Amino acid sequence: MSIPGAQRALTGRRLIIGLPWLWLGLFFALPFLFVLKLSLSESVLAQPPYLDLIREFKDGVLILAVNLGNYQLLLEDSLYFKALLSSLQIAGLSTLLTLLLGYPMAYAIARAPQHWRLPLMMLIILPFWTSFLIRVYAWIGILKNNGLINQLLMGLGIIDTPLEMLHTPFAVYIGIVYSYLPFMVLPLYATLVRLDLTLLEAAADLGCRPWKQFLRITLPLSMPGVLAGAMLVFIPVMGEFVIPDLLGGPDTLMLGKLMWIEFFSNKDWPLASALAAVLLVVLIIPFMLLRHYEQRNQEAQ
Amino acid sequence: MTQTSPAPGAADTASTTASVRLEGISKSFGNSYAVNNVSLDIQQGEFFSLLGPSGCGKTTLLRMLAGFETPDRGRVLIDGQDMTLVPPYERPVNMMFQSYALFPHMSVADNIAFGLKQTPMARGARNLRVTEMMELVQISPLAKRKPHQLSGGQRQRVALARALARHPRILLLDEPLGALDKKLREKTQFELVNIQERLGTTFIVVTHDQEEAMTMSSRIALMRDGQIEQLDAPRRLYEFPVTRYAASFIGSINLFEARVLQQNGDEVRLSCDEAGADLLVRSSEKMLPGMALTLAVRPEKVRLLSPGEQSPNLVRGRIKEIAYLGGISIYHAELPSGKQVQFTQSNVQALAEQPLSWGQDVLLGWHPDSCSVLTE
Repeated sequence: MSIPGAQRALTGRRLIIGLPWLWLGLFFALPFLFVLKLSLSESVLAQPPYLDLIREFKDGVLILAVNLGNYQLLLEDSLYFKALLSSLQIAGLSTLLTLLLGYPMAYAIARAPQHWRLPLMMLIILPFWTSFLIRVYAWIGILKNNGLINQLLMGLGIIDTPLEMLHTPFAVYIGIVYSYLPFMVLPLYATLVRLDLTLLEAAADLGCRPWKQFLRITLPLSMPGVLAGAMLVFIPVMGEFVIPDLLGGPDTLMLGKLMWIEFFSNKDWPLASALAAVLLVVLIIPFMLLRHYEQRNQEAQ
Repeated sequence: MTQTSPAPGAADTASTTASVRLEGISKSFGNSYAVNNVSLDIQQGEFFSLLGPSGCGKTTLLRMLAGFETPDRGRVLIDGQDMTLVPPYERPVNMMFQSYALFPHMSVADNIAFGLKQTPMARGARNLRVTEMMELVQISPLAKRKPHQLSGGQRQRVALARALARHPRILLLDEPLGALDKKLREKTQFELVNIQERLGTTFIVVTHDQEEAMTMSSRIALMRDGQIEQLDAPRRLYEFPVTRYAASFIGSINLFEARVLQQNGDEVRLSCDEAGADLLVRSSEKMLPGMALTLAVRPEKVRLLSPGEQSPNLVRGRIKEIAYLGGISIYHAELPSGKQVQFTQSNVQALAEQPLSWGQDVLLGWHPDSCSVLTE
């Protein structure tokens, strides 16, 4: 017995649509459920360092021990709240800085002559060919007390004592903005290059000066790119660990770094998991906003 | 064909202040001229068309009027003021773009208000003006829609309203009907003429569609390779083209190669091997015997003669092809020289069969006033 063609096509379609779902389920939803479960368990000095949720199953009675203490601790200990605020601040400010730096770059590339665009985009993408870690390490060499900048400034006699740059918030911002700039430039470029230039001519024709043309036409029409770029920078920076760890000082407080400390240094897996769960919730909110905006935009088209 | 009265001044009345004056405008892209030494006067209130095939420079000319291109040589004067180097946003000119270029993120009302917001204006007055404009082009119910929610015809109206909102002295229209289907195009042609007459704004239209230019314009500048081939009222351009190019760009036409025999006053006798007869034409220009020229006759000017009828221009032929178009039929007759002559007949009576049939011998003639002499 053969399957009718339409049926087969449907099966094929289900298979293709099903694969990403399977992937997301296996590698995102399931691990997250583990993390959630872990965050509700109790920390102990043992191997593994936590107690399982399921304590007992006897005579048809299941005894679960749901420990909300980790979340309680996150709420009570102001350290975590401060870390969240600090992460939000660093991620927010970094996003703003990459936007301010990335927008003119993307704009210039999108307006460059056709044959210049690809080479210019390559310059933006090229750093990706080197390991992220190595590039961050390179900044240590540039920023440290006897590093490139200080040696140069002292050699020129501009300063006598080296500037304290490494292990400061300044270094963290430098590292983040440098590393995440391409994620801002790429989506911005994609929207700006598609902008219909006759719209600007139409605006000019209607008496609109160049600067106002930008504010009233180019900027609003590039908002999808701004939002996409902002998400691509903001979300990973919120959980960033490597840059604050390598370039930041002991007072640089970020959730990613805190998670690392709880997990590896304090061996408090449940608390680290609770922290991860909270971070996820914090990140889902802007993502939902983006989805909402995109949907509205798609409806508009 | 509606025809507004021809403009009082032609290009040679240099003393009056024209609405638009171009003085020796040239513009090249790379090493080819898009516009080559064009001079032109357009009067206030004219409906002026720049007609020509793509690449003839008509759009470049329009863009130089709007200020999007700067001429390499020459001057652009608007109401007597030199505007050659004035940026688009400071010119008293508005343009309706071929693609309409409506702002996709703004509603219809905001699109129309956009130009008004660029100059200080009370909110109430601005809203009033927007309402007025929407009424003018009959799109009032669409005020809150976004451009993507409109049909092509509605977009065209919004673009027109937006371009007119600032009360421009001159409105530039780049292929204003190009994106519309045939039915809508015919309807909109008349509306454009009505709006233009009501507002008294100078309209300068770029089009490649000769019918469109004929229907709407008070004058047409026929362009070719960056230069103006002929500048005339539609009727003159059709009836008395001066070059072969002008003759064949607008409508269909029969061309005969001929030689001058003699001139008596404004009557010129020609010998024409192609026609197989001597021909008579009226021309006030001085012609020398032996001079070669081209005689042009429109198909509808060629009459079917009954046997024995006389005409100053008389040729014999045999019907080769018949095209029945409903209202009229187009016939191709072959002359003994092999030359094909096109002529049309109105189908006055409803007959099941064509009054003329293939292979039939016919006698054709036309009046000496109904043809023109082309020297180029």
